[in-house]
Amino acid sequence: MDHILTYMTFIPLFGAVIVLCLPRDAHALIKWMSVAATVPPLLLAIWLYINFDRTAPGFQFMQQANWIPSFNIRYVVGVDGISITMVLLTALLCFLCMFASWGIEKGVKGYFALFLLLDTGMMGVFCALDFFLFFVFWEVMLLPMYFLIGIWGGPRREYAAIKFFLYTLLGSALMLLSMLVFYFNVTDPATGQHTFSMIAMMNQANQSEWLRNGVLFGQSVPVVVWIALFIGFAIKIPAFPFHTWLPDAHVEAPTAISVILAGVLLKMGTYGILRINYGILPEASASLAFLFLGVLGVVNIVYGALCAMAQKDLKKLVAYSSVSHMGYVMLGMASFTAQGINGAVLQMFNHGTVTAMLFLLVGVIYDRAHHRNIDGFGGLASVMPVYTGVTAIAFFAALGLPGLSAFISEILVLLGAWQRYPVLTIVGATAVVLTAGYMLWTLQRIWLGALNEKYADIPEINGRELFTLVPLAAIVIVLGIYPTAILDLMGPSLNQLNGVVATFL
Amino acid sequence: MTTVESLRYIVPELVLTATILVVFVGDLLVRQKDRLGELALVGTAAALFAVARLSHADGTYLFNRMIVHDQFAVFFQVVFALATLATVWMSLGSKEVQRTSQGEYYGILLASALGMFFMASASNLLMAYLSLEFVSQTSYVLTGSLRHNRRSGEASLKYLIYGGVASGAMIYGMSWIFGLTGSMDYAAINAALASGAQSPLALFIAIVFVLAGFGYKIAAVPFHMWAPDVYTGAPIPVTAFLSVGSKAAGFALLLRFFYPALSSLGEAGRWQVLGGADWPQLVLVLCMVTMTLGNLAALQQDNIKRLLAYSSIAHAGYMLMGFVVLSDEGLRAVLFYLVTYYLMNIGAFLTVMIVANATGREDVEGFRGLAWRGGSIPAVAMAIFLFSLAGIPPLAGFVGKFYLFAAVIREQFYVLALVAGINSVISLYYYARIVRAMFLEFPTGGEGAVAVDWSNAALLGLLSVCTVVLGVYWAPVIALADRSVRFLMG
Repeated sequence: MDHILTYMTFIPLFGAVIVLCLPRDAHALIKWMSVAATVPPLLLAIWLYINFDRTAPGFQFMQQANWIPSFNIRYVVGVDGISITMVLLTALLCFLCMFASWGIEKGVKGYFALFLLLDTGMMGVFCALDFFLFFVFWEVMLLPMYFLIGIWGGPRREYAAIKFFLYTLLGSALMLLSMLVFYFNVTDPATGQHTFSMIAMMNQANQSEWLRNGVLFGQSVPVVVWIALFIGFAIKIPAFPFHTWLPDAHVEAPTAISVILAGVLLKMGTYGILRINYGILPEASASLAFLFLGVLGVVNIVYGALCAMAQKDLKKLVAYSSVSHMGYVMLGMASFTAQGINGAVLQMFNHGTVTAMLFLLVGVIYDRAHHRNIDGFGGLASVMPVYTGVTAIAFFAALGLPGLSAFISEILVLLGAWQRYPVLTIVGATAVVLTAGYMLWTLQRIWLGALNEKYADIPEINGRELFTLVPLAAIVIVLGIYPTAILDLMGPSLNQLNGVVATFL
Repeated sequence: MTTVESLRYIVPELVLTATILVVFVGDLLVRQKDRLGELALVGTAAALFAVARLSHADGTYLFNRMIVHDQFAVFFQVVFALATLATVWMSLGSKEVQRTSQGEYYGILLASALGMFFMASASNLLMAYLSLEFVSQTSYVLTGSLRHNRRSGEASLKYLIYGGVASGAMIYGMSWIFGLTGSMDYAAINAALASGAQSPLALFIAIVFVLAGFGYKIAAVPFHMWAPDVYTGAPIPVTAFLSVGSKAAGFALLLRFFYPALSSLGEAGRWQVLGGADWPQLVLVLCMVTMTLGNLAALQQDNIKRLLAYSSIAHAGYMLMGFVVLSDEGLRAVLFYLVTYYLMNIGAFLTVMIVANATGREDVEGFRGLAWRGGSIPAVAMAIFLFSLAGIPPLAGFVGKFYLFAAVIREQFYVLALVAGINSVISLYYYARIVRAMFLEFPTGGEGAVAVDWSNAALLGLLSVCTVVLGVYWAPVIALADRSVRFLMG
């Protein structure tokens, strides 16, 4: 099992190639083949979960190979406590989303091939430990995403797709430059040459004097590079004020793609900050986190919640709730306390499952009613009791009800942040009320009250849809009772990282 | 080396010359003019083979130091031969070319390639000027080869007028250099500059004039104005040829003049400017202006050839990044970029030609729904080429840009890096516009089907596969570029 991460990354790509070779009209075959390509990564993810050493803070299951020796570009993959949670999430959501894509009828072959390519890109980002490799995977996700939104999306899909693409590419350009600055200022002690290895970059002793204390554009070098990287990642999170692509992309994307977008892609922003900004530039992180993560995080929480409250479109509401919930991740990361930072990564995982449920649920109703207008329904609980039950779990999880997963992570974040930024935490905590407000209000308008006669014979949620939701609901409930299942994976790695950064406070 | 001894080093040029003569004579005798194209193809392939056979020879000066045979020249000659091969292959399947008098067309095309071969190896101002003029003259004729097409004629005339002005300025600058250094031989110029007896201002003025000629060939601002009209008016294979071959030839001349002649190689592959003329600062500004103007102008274009013309101006700007940093790494990046640029630009023009052949349209609208009306293979290939031009991994264009950025960051030109980074983002918008038309928009019915014949499909497949493969594994090509940054000096 030395190559487990490589298998997890490239089996979907292999599946994509097979899908491309299948006949164009064999829709069922293409769909089942795509499912088959996401099963091995899921099984391997379970194996990984069982065999992961929960006491070691370092990287595990590492594999290394030379790629372009003349520039010291290497293929290095490995997971630690931070990335393994994201790898698990990716494997699970990709598998479930194949079933959520069953309704696709236009260009089936292209859709599933691109989806599998996207799967490879996402896995690769979380496993890569060579900055160049990380960057390539980061970009590999872009193209499929552009086409998946642009071809299979809603009415304004063309606009949404290019907006997503341009925003992300702007971030990538800054990341590319930062990556090269790192390369030319980090020396691998083993070889005496410059390196893209993130592990070498994380050791302060390998960094040049200029990278640690130099001056660029009138600012200190680490600060400039930190901000350049931050912009790239903040666009992905998306942090205010870089969030405007998100509602457009979410609303136009097909259901499964919204799930992936919210469930996995947004996490890449915060993951990147933890892995690269915190890991490589701890000193700058310690000094800049308050403003860029703490304050902006709280802005995200409050602003996202207020925007969500004002939405008439159910999917847009869920999209803005993501903006709000990702704010907790940022606030937790900024706290530099064990609770806060563990809570932040747990929140990344929990948001992945909860928001995936929300988008799947929106998809269910949209497939039946062909609109998502919150005021256009009413009393659905009486005709769709099962659907309403699952929805209730997701909504209560999203608003942070104790006993469900998101409560744990939010409370950890707030507890952690309280120790360092009491005022910010109070502001952030008030937004819990706002969240409860828009979630309950929405629940009431769509599912409770008098039945809208138009939807008197709306069909109940079907088996396939339920199949995509039940595993997620189970995780939401289990993690609400027993969060240690995920927390003990990441503890050592996060505490070590936090220890490094916290010395500079 | 004496004239007779030199001959065995110019076998590729001799092969090309022989082919040109046979094509011209054959034009009088053969009735089936397609055969002449096939003959040109064979001749070019033979020249490529001859270049490859000479590639391991030691560097040496030929013909009383008029030209030089070194790794740098060999690299460019391979690029020119490949560009010519692809162009002839495209021409064989082009409806436009079938309307020209094909004997002349192929003969002149090869003549242009012959001129480029000498541009890469010229080591004397006289030879540099003559070869550049030779390429220019043949290019004017090629551009105007659609004799009954007004656009083609107009383009040719514009090209001629701009070219005349630029080469006039260039030869004037060369005369200053001769006056300042007393020689036209690059090595002698270098030695004279190293002694430092010249007025830096006079030298700077001379260089500005010379730059006019070179800048015109690579289509850099402010000598780029001809490009959009010429690219639009010329037959598509010629446009592809000019955008790749002619630009590469311009870079060959530019690099050999500014590096071995005007600079000296110092420590760790870094070059120092001789004679105190601060031309890198000037080129730095031109480089940033070129890429920005090219990209901004491309945003508004509806004709794809015109759009690609502005994109090629922007790419000249990117390649100049590697030129201004004055390091071997930068030079290597330029050479590598030329290879990737060759793949993606020829590929893009080939797709334009396939669509134009089928529908007669060259505008973005003509690409509407291409993927959904039988043209899914050219559409996918075009998407690969366009995203590669935009510099998105894992495609060749990204790797090219990566090396350029790396060279720039290594020499700490951070503003330049930032400007180029933002430019890449801007460029995505117009490349994606074509992708959007092909994939995201659906045909409305009136566009007509697009079929691809086997020969175009083969070239298209080869170029797109190479674009992807080179984006994933490029070690051999970068090693080749590395080896080729070796000028014979002194």
